[in-house]
Amino acid sequence: MTRRAFGGWCFVHKWSSIVCTAFLLMLCTTGLPLIFHDEIDEAIGGHSALPLGDAQMPHKSLDEMMRIALADRPGHSGLFVSFDEDRPVVNITTGPTPDAAAADMTIRSYDLRSGEMVGAIAQDGVMDWILQLHTDMFLGLPGMLFLSAMGFLFFLALVSGVVLYAPFMQKLEFGTVRASRPRRVKWLDYHNLLGIVALAWASVVGLTGIVHALATPIVDHWREVGLADLIAPYAGQPAPAPGQLASLHGAVAQAMAAAPGSRVQFVAFPGGGFSSQHHYAVFMQGDTPLTKELLTPALVDARTGALSAVRPMPWYVAALQLSRPLHFGDYGGLPLKILWAILDLFTIVILGSGLYLWLAKKRKAPRETPTPFALGEPVAAE
Amino acid sequence: MTRPSLSRRAERREPLPLRRVFAVPLAIALLTLAGLVTALTGEGWRDLLSWLALAAPVAALIWAARTRRS
Repeated sequence: MTRRAFGGWCFVHKWSSIVCTAFLLMLCTTGLPLIFHDEIDEAIGGHSALPLGDAQMPHKSLDEMMRIALADRPGHSGLFVSFDEDRPVVNITTGPTPDAAAADMTIRSYDLRSGEMVGAIAQDGVMDWILQLHTDMFLGLPGMLFLSAMGFLFFLALVSGVVLYAPFMQKLEFGTVRASRPRRVKWLDYHNLLGIVALAWASVVGLTGIVHALATPIVDHWREVGLADLIAPYAGQPAPAPGQLASLHGAVAQAMAAAPGSRVQFVAFPGGGFSSQHHYAVFMQGDTPLTKELLTPALVDARTGALSAVRPMPWYVAALQLSRPLHFGDYGGLPLKILWAILDLFTIVILGSGLYLWLAKKRKAPRETPTPFALGEPVAAE
Repeated sequence: MTRPSLSRRAERREPLPLRRVFAVPLAIALLTLAGLVTALTGEGWRDLLSWLALAAPVAALIWAARTRRS
């Protein structure tokens, strides 16, 4: 590496890191409890116990469940219906309008056998607050886009860090930590070591985080472009009014008949973010951790109840869906979560030591060029 | 460029070839990626494999801190 190229990469590493470090520290800190959100939710609230009923007891029709839910919330219409995996419970989301904002939605859980309400999902607990801070810093879409830009800078810092790793480490065996040397040298070694061992993990979590932060434009694009041919025949027609909707139960039955062996995870009502103006979108999932994430929607005409299409998601939505587990680390059992947390802590140390190295160098030689040749003496090989 | 000699000198005189510099990091990165993907494709033994693979970065750090501190 020429001295000039080295200086260039140092510049990239320094500035991409400086700009994103504060936000990355926030993301790593808030991300830590989010890794364990299942366990924490369980500990502080948990599922309210269902009255022990007969497991064979027949389930009520989803249309009846909707009537019960809407009677509880006069003036609302249905937005989403989702199904618990491990108990006969349906979660019904309602809102004042089909495209209501998340803050105006009500989510209530009902026992499918008795029709009794078994809980309300409040979305105002401490974990929701942390998730919101982590997702968009309470700024909505602009916040998400901003954090995706910070994620991009973080990735740039990782790439430039790998490039700079070579000249520093050509003089040292892998893993060397010069702990008896000045503190700056010791922390440079720790920074390099932690950075290189956590590199692949941090890249995956960083890149999937960027994809995740772009969720809104990705889903919007799918709805407008991916479903364009299905929506075309309805051009000029008004969206069906809540009273004109075909049977929800029938829509789910149609979807299940079209994709045997799938499990219905949730149904999006027409006019919301996850369906067209004219369809129920019945999202079905497979049973491995991989196919569980890759939801396939069956689109059912919301007026007639006829199946329009079962349509696998385009690659960009598949990428979004797969990036969820890879970002959250909640798919491989508790040991995976613990490793996720350790690597998250590594990243915090990498960020902190990077900041320290920058400040320490600035203090020592405020007018020096960015090349820290004096620090670790990288090899200037051509 | 020479430094005043240190009693326990960690730096080498001759630069290591890049292949050598990146051998262990590459192995750790591949293990990490394999672990992340393995757990996605199923449960049971695949989870176990993914834990072992993803423990590589942590193991490397512990090993380095124990044997490569100077």
